[in-house]
Amino acid sequence: MTNSNGTLSTAEKVNKSLQKRYRAEKRFRAYGISAIAFGLLCLVVLFTDIISKGHSAFFQTYVKLDITFDPTEMGVDDPTDANQLATADYDSLIRNALKEQFPEASGRRDRRALYAVVSNGAAFTLREQLKENPQLLNQTVPMWMLADDDIDTYVKHRDDAQGDTFAGRISEKQMGWVDTLIDNNQVESRFNTTFFTSGDSREPEQAGILGALVGSLLTLVVTILLSFPIGVAAAVYLEEYAPQNKFTDFIEVNINNLAAVPSIIFGLLGLAIFIGFFEMQRSLPLVGGLVLTLMTLPTIIISSRAAIKAVPPSVRDAALGLGASKMQMVLHHVLPLAMPGMLTGAIIGFAQALGETAPLLMIGMVAFVVDIPGAITDPATALPVQIFLWSDSPERAFVERTSAAIMVLLAFLISMNTLAIWLRRRLERRW
Amino acid sequence: MQVVNTPIQENEKLNAKSDKVAREKPKTDPINGSHANVGETVGKPFAKHPKMTMRNVDVFYGDKQAIYDVSLDIGKHEVVAMIGPSGCGKSTFLRCLNRMNDTIDICKVKGEIKLEELDVYHPKQDVVPLRARVGMVFQKPNPFPKSIYDNVAYGPRIHGLFERKTDLDEIVENSLRRASLWEEVKDRLHSPGTGLSGGQQQRLCIARTIAVSPEVILMDEPCSALDPIATAKIEELIAELSKKFTIAIVTHSMQQAARVSHRTAYFHMGKLVEVNDTKRVFTNPQHKLTEAYITGRFG
Repeated sequence: MTNSNGTLSTAEKVNKSLQKRYRAEKRFRAYGISAIAFGLLCLVVLFTDIISKGHSAFFQTYVKLDITFDPTEMGVDDPTDANQLATADYDSLIRNALKEQFPEASGRRDRRALYAVVSNGAAFTLREQLKENPQLLNQTVPMWMLADDDIDTYVKHRDDAQGDTFAGRISEKQMGWVDTLIDNNQVESRFNTTFFTSGDSREPEQAGILGALVGSLLTLVVTILLSFPIGVAAAVYLEEYAPQNKFTDFIEVNINNLAAVPSIIFGLLGLAIFIGFFEMQRSLPLVGGLVLTLMTLPTIIISSRAAIKAVPPSVRDAALGLGASKMQMVLHHVLPLAMPGMLTGAIIGFAQALGETAPLLMIGMVAFVVDIPGAITDPATALPVQIFLWSDSPERAFVERTSAAIMVLLAFLISMNTLAIWLRRRLERRW
Repeated sequence: MQVVNTPIQENEKLNAKSDKVAREKPKTDPINGSHANVGETVGKPFAKHPKMTMRNVDVFYGDKQAIYDVSLDIGKHEVVAMIGPSGCGKSTFLRCLNRMNDTIDICKVKGEIKLEELDVYHPKQDVVPLRARVGMVFQKPNPFPKSIYDNVAYGPRIHGLFERKTDLDEIVENSLRRASLWEEVKDRLHSPGTGLSGGQQQRLCIARTIAVSPEVILMDEPCSALDPIATAKIEELIAELSKKFTIAIVTHSMQQAARVSHRTAYFHMGKLVEVNDTKRVFTNPQHKLTEAYITGRFG
């Protein structure tokens, strides 16, 4: 309908534009959905890649050999002497067992290739076995030996490469021996407990994540214990006590800038101050924790300030109006109400700290550490650094261990966040 | 114990002189006028038995002056209402009385404010004991996000007003009774105070304030966020409370001022224009500005 002038009425104009608006609305929603879809896709690709590469690291190949605990071969003349048993030559037992099964390997090179089927860490298992069961001496028993990483890789990929069998670094002859072992049911795949119970090793089959996990945990404990109280105290002072002047503005600008400083700079700072000036040792979780504290502090201060700002002023007025001192107001009212928000910020900071590699490289937490650290003053490495180290290793078995370590890191991260979210929920429930 | 109405009658003589001053009316249009037109405070700003005395109070926010030379008494057991258009400084003035303005860095107060013999703005005066004597109820009900019991018990707890738990229970019950909230909440003392209705929340805030047994209660538009029924309840409460406490109330509602107060102070652009017995202010205002405001010509 048109009015007398022949122009459209308002209602008609609105109706005309309505279709256009609906389309715009739909497009707008589609942008959001596609953004989420893109994010999910990336996540799926990432997880599929990591899990498909890494899941095999949770299994380890073992080889069954008939071991004869021959004292003369081991160089033991007094079986009651624990010291002799500890230093005995267990490697020769494994060698003998292999020689016996594959007598055709006669040359020096063949022999060496044959011995390489079993991990050079297998001798330690024998020693432990004998220590626990001394009656094994002079007996021949079938024992499961840890296979070498190349054999492990070959066994794992033997079936999935059609036609062209994946050989990796092993020779034709080794392949033949392994095939024989498999046909004799002398090869078994077991859950890789070593991966979760030992520290790093040059031999992939003996390498584990526990050292790095404990190192990360210790570093994170230092970080949490230092950065959260310091960050909250700084935020409370800046929000509740500091006068509004040029000096506090200056501090605020600097905190915001610090949050954007690349983490490696903090590593250099830690290197110069903690190791250079205070002469602390390298590779310590204590130093790592201090450096990560410096790195997370700005994040925690900024988010804590935001959380404190969000506490309604009416609550402050109520407390002050009743005659509460400023400290009572902060402790009784502001902090409990701001705590969930502060925790959220802290979680982000700690997650960042857990995944941080660069500053740890600077303070020497990149060292090859075999022992599992027991204190914050023991040399250690951290999960992300361990991933970095393994990803750099040429052995194929380290490829799957790298992915497995990433999974462990992600699991650690997720459980830490879950804990923090649970904690936040609990605090929020106190209305 | 003093009878409620006596201070007002006694104030008559004291303020007789300033009544005459009021006759000199400003010549220019008072409604759009500047501060110059307001002139001296007319009416009866002083009380014979003052609980709080304010003399020549100036308040500044940075360079901007918010209150100009206000002198006023609040008598014992008196309810003084402060009215005026938005931004006239009545809330600012009220917040000077227990130094709530201290939280604003740029706020400076000059002049003399006394609570009996206590110099409120003495540099060495701690605000904690002051606020224990001068309580405050705010515009928006602001119970703590805690239980009803803890809300009322908070003041006694921080000031250490009790020795045994039973004493505290008694304080809480008495305060809630005096705020006429006890019957409604006695079965759910440990449920959150924020779960109450708006009017109940405001009465809870009043209970929380009187739990500390202050001498003066400042109320900053206590009913502006409430419905008429809740407002009526609070107003009844104010009448009841004035038997025991001295009350200064800022309100936007002239009817409320007329209903609850003994004296009414009219503020205009940071100046105290007129103070008088409430009845007189509303029936026979002396100053043109007051008249203009209460007849609804601006506000």
